[in-house]
Amino acid sequence: MSSDGNGNGAEHSRPDPLAAPYREREQSVTLERVGHGPAAATEQLEPETELFTINLGPHHPATHGVLRLLCTLEGETVLDVKPIVGYVHTGIEKSMETQQYWKAITFVERMDYLAYNFNAQAYCMTVERLLDEPVPARGEYLRVIHCELNRIASHLFWLGTSALDIGAITMMWWALRERDYVLDLFEMSSGQRMHTRYIQVGGVIDDIPPGWERKCREFLELFPARIDQYEALLDKNEIWLQRLKNVGVVSPERLRELGVTGPLLRAAGDPWDLRKAMPYSAYSDFDFQIPVGTVGDCYDRYRVRMAEMRESARIVEQALDGLPEGPYITTNRKVALPPRHELATSMEALIHHFKLVTEGFRVGPGEAYCAIESPRGELGCYILADGSAKPARVHVRDPSFVNLQALPEMSEGGLIADMIANIAMLDPILGGIDR
Amino acid sequence: MPDATGLELLAQRIRGAVADDAVVGTAYQHEQAMLEVAPARVREVLTYLRDKDEEPYEQLLSLHGVDYLPEEPRLGVHYQLLARARRERLGVKTRVTVEDPVVPSVVDIFPTANFHEREAFDMFGLLFDGHPDPRRILLPEDYEGFPQRRDFPVGGEPVLFTHNEHKYPRWYE
Amino acid sequence: MEVVRNKVAAPGTPAAPGTPEDFRAKQLSAQQMLRGDLDGRALEQYVEERVMLTTLDKAQNWARRNACWPLGFGLACCAIEMITVIGSPRNDISRFGAEVVRASPRQADMIILSGRVSIKMAPIIRRIYDQMLEPKWVIAMGACSSSAGMFSNYAVVQGADKFLPVDVYIPGCPPRPEALIYGIMKLQDKITNEPSLGWRKRYDAEGTEEPVA
Repeated sequence: MSSDGNGNGAEHSRPDPLAAPYREREQSVTLERVGHGPAAATEQLEPETELFTINLGPHHPATHGVLRLLCTLEGETVLDVKPIVGYVHTGIEKSMETQQYWKAITFVERMDYLAYNFNAQAYCMTVERLLDEPVPARGEYLRVIHCELNRIASHLFWLGTSALDIGAITMMWWALRERDYVLDLFEMSSGQRMHTRYIQVGGVIDDIPPGWERKCREFLELFPARIDQYEALLDKNEIWLQRLKNVGVVSPERLRELGVTGPLLRAAGDPWDLRKAMPYSAYSDFDFQIPVGTVGDCYDRYRVRMAEMRESARIVEQALDGLPEGPYITTNRKVALPPRHELATSMEALIHHFKLVTEGFRVGPGEAYCAIESPRGELGCYILADGSAKPARVHVRDPSFVNLQALPEMSEGGLIADMIANIAMLDPILGGIDR
Repeated sequence: MPDATGLELLAQRIRGAVADDAVVGTAYQHEQAMLEVAPARVREVLTYLRDKDEEPYEQLLSLHGVDYLPEEPRLGVHYQLLARARRERLGVKTRVTVEDPVVPSVVDIFPTANFHEREAFDMFGLLFDGHPDPRRILLPEDYEGFPQRRDFPVGGEPVLFTHNEHKYPRWYE
Repeated sequence: MEVVRNKVAAPGTPAAPGTPEDFRAKQLSAQQMLRGDLDGRALEQYVEERVMLTTLDKAQNWARRNACWPLGFGLACCAIEMITVIGSPRNDISRFGAEVVRASPRQADMIILSGRVSIKMAPIIRRIYDQMLEPKWVIAMGACSSSAGMFSNYAVVQGADKFLPVDVYIPGCPPRPEALIYGIMKLQDKITNEPSLGWRKRYDAEGTEEPVA
């Protein structure tokens, strides 16, 4: 770390921001803001109104993953929340710099580990932008189908665990049951339930097997009835309403300032969805709606995600109906592996296969940023390419990382139980936050 | 995205409104617009882009650090801006050296930059002047070093094979 | 109402096991035992059928393995598959007695390390492991906690066995729910078959106690 206070750079006479001792910098609560100034703290504070700082530690049953929250409480009222993250920091971005472009797909999938197809989609879109490589129509449709199924699975898991946090334990069983159907579909098309590596640079890794479409349609037939059952259980449930109504309201302007996107912003009334606003992939071919809330409280967030599941099912159905024929991955052999049967007959195919597997394709120097709409918001991927076969810098703008900044605003002034509901409805995925 | 001519016009407007040395360069590749800005002018340029330009960009989506080794100046900060009404994205970047990695903080212009700047400091050692909470966010607070710089080793252990398992003994030996 | 009485063979006459007559005979002999009516040969036969001889160790191990309560500890993607095992109707962990996922380490028997162990999290896991009461077991689920998986870098501890004694390693990224269940069954076999020495002796970890100030 360079010390710039006294050494070179005489025109910068600013104090070193890191010179203060660490404990002084880490203030749990800015007392001026909560009205208990340092002077007042010692004089007028009665023993019963003592501020109480607790640690909703990284190991906690109700935080979705290893999130640590430093809460300052007055009784049960939350005065200040400081999220501390980094407990599952894996150095994925650094590791990706040591891998070829297509090997890095496995790394980037493990960031937001419930929306793995979205991570891969954002990354592959950016690489394709750098290569100026178009994706065939069938590949785009298959990508959309798998992404929307992943959105359904992610929202189902969110529903199950959020309801578990708030107390409606039955929902976990039901939601995970449906999620198992979706994971069966993924297993059928790619061999893996999670982290399927299905989306590759240039398209998808393999075509859907025969019988997949029928099984998918069976799932889509039973799914809306299941959502009806979930809504019948929770929508008008007195306890659910009392826990979620008017809890964690933040104005859409403040949410936009904080960079929050996704269902949280849509629940506050702002219909910003990248699938409609800046369409990518094949989303402009489909007819679907964007559910938007009115108040922006936790109940609206719940309703928005439930409606999004229905819309995703509609998108998958339309995509299956209109699935075009053709190649599922780009035919450019410099980027995508040739099909196995060609290796026996064609020398060029063998050479391409060898080069792609050992060295990988090279991407010319440049930088690009592409963003998609993941179940949690805008998932952007920035790649700096330096002409070699490995990316020089990959940064993923993860939606949960930015959405977490809204948690203090949502929770201050409420009770701890409301904060638990806020965390649940925020849908943070710590793998994405920590990367 | 603004197209190439739009980008040049924007650069001209910024040069006129902020300062002549504000915009160092423009780049338009793969249909993406990128402005390079001098580090001292970052705040003014971003305020101008957010408020006063005739085509404003009101949202900051991402702020990340980049290490351009072996090019100098080595460290860069990228700001990814979005104009919602016109559905356009703009990238703004500044370059600083490793010896003097100070960039003015934009937290008061775009409050979303809080966590992003902490992460850029954590990973690259970029010091953001005026950030209210300059601490590491992802790594342990007492970690030494800035991992995502290109000269920092990736770390980890060598994989044990038969030929090297006696050179790197296991933990139980 | 018509009452039908069926002739039952006298006690002592062997009936085919599993038939209703056999069951009825057992019921009657139990009734007689309670009244104190059984004598001699019938009493000996009664006792032989119902008494099992075992060692205290085996009984203890049987009790421990069939009610191994996991600590609710999920780190990353493997946690999703772990929650699928615990909470999904398809893969049901309660048939192994392990559905009681405890939130407090003091009440848990085993910890399933599901996910990558980062350097920031490692001391916390160690502290939680120390807070668990013996006997305790550790399952390293997935490639990342067994051996750092694909993340051979600065931020991930290269295998949880660097700081914890691990009993069962489950490969996979993430392992299927069936793989996790197989791992739990392997742990049950381990509890059954290995003599229950103190775990410190088992892993040569004597002298590694950490005094908590």
